[in-house]
Amino acid sequence: MTINPDLQGRSYPAAEVYDVGREKIREFARAVKATHPAHFDLEAAKALGHRDLVAPPTFAIIIAQRADAQLIEDPESGIDFSRVVHADQRFIHHRPIVAGDRLVAELHVDGVRAMGGGAMITTRSEIFVLTGDGTAGSGVSREAVSTTTSSILVRGEGQ
Amino acid sequence: MSTASIAPVFTDLTVGQDIGSRSITVTRQDLVKYAGASGDFNPIHWNEAFATGVGLPGVIAHGMFTMGAAVQLVTDWAGDPAAVVDYQTRFTKPVLVTDTTGTEEPGAVIEVSGAIGALDADAGTVRVDLTVVYAGQKVLVKAQAVVRLA
Repeated sequence: MTINPDLQGRSYPAAEVYDVGREKIREFARAVKATHPAHFDLEAAKALGHRDLVAPPTFAIIIAQRADAQLIEDPESGIDFSRVVHADQRFIHHRPIVAGDRLVAELHVDGVRAMGGGAMITTRSEIFVLTGDGTAGSGVSREAVSTTTSSILVRGEGQ
Repeated sequence: MSTASIAPVFTDLTVGQDIGSRSITVTRQDLVKYAGASGDFNPIHWNEAFATGVGLPGVIAHGMFTMGAAVQLVTDWAGDPAAVVDYQTRFTKPVLVTDTTGTEEPGAVIEVSGAIGALDADAGTVRVDLTVVYAGQKVLVKAQAVVRLA
C-alpha cells in the first residue's frame, strides 16, 4: 500500500450541508462529559449572549471527519483506514457553532510526507455557515466559522 | 442558574497560575457513546478482537474523546464554552480502556490539570496549557487552549 504523493494540494469542495441540532449538541456534550449549561439549557446560552445552544469546542470534528472521509474513501488516495492513527488536531473558531447553524466544509490536503513505510497526511477543513434560506434570489452567502487541521499517520506494513 | 464559576479577569491572571484539575473516568460504554455522538465507529474503540488484531494492547479511547473531555476544565474555568477560540493537541499515547462492564469500576482514569501558559493583553487572550495523564504517562502533548476573555 502506497500513499499517492499527488494528494498534496488537492481540495474537495463543500458537499452536503450539516444541520446543527440542539439534541446533537446535547448528545455530543454528554459524550465528552461536558456539563456547562450553555450546551443544554437555552436560557443559559442566551444569558451568555448566544442565539442558541453552544457546541463544545471539539464539536466541529463531526463535520471535519465527514470531510476527511472524502479523502480516505477516494480510491486514488491509497489510504487503508484500518491503519490510520490520529496524530494531531487543532480547532480555530472564528465564531462559535450554535444550534440552527447550517454548515459546509471544504477539505484541503496540506501535506503528505513519507514516514517509514507509511505516510503522514495533514488535512484542513474550512467550515462555513450558510446564511439565507437557499432559495433563488435570497442571497445565500457563507461566513467562516471554524478552521480545523488534522494529521493522520497511515502506518506502513510492519509498523 | 449557571453552575459555572465566576469568569476570570484578565488582569488578575499570571503565567504559571493553576486553573485546577479533575479526573475523567472512562468506561467501554463511554466509548460507544462517543462513537455514536461523533460518528467515529472505528472498531479499535469498541471491539477487543479487532483492536488486538491490529496490534493494539486492547480497546483504546478515541483521541478525540480525550481531547474533547480534557477541555471541559477550560470551558468551566472560562465560564463560556464559546470563549475557547483555539484548541490543539498532539496524540502521543493511547488510553487503554479495560472492560469493566457490569461493575462500578472505571475502565480507565485520565487526570487533567491546567495552568496559564501565556497572556496576550492586546488580543485579550489567555493560553491554558493542559497536562493530560493516563497510567503515569502523558497522552496528550502540547495540549493548548486559547481563551478569549470578555
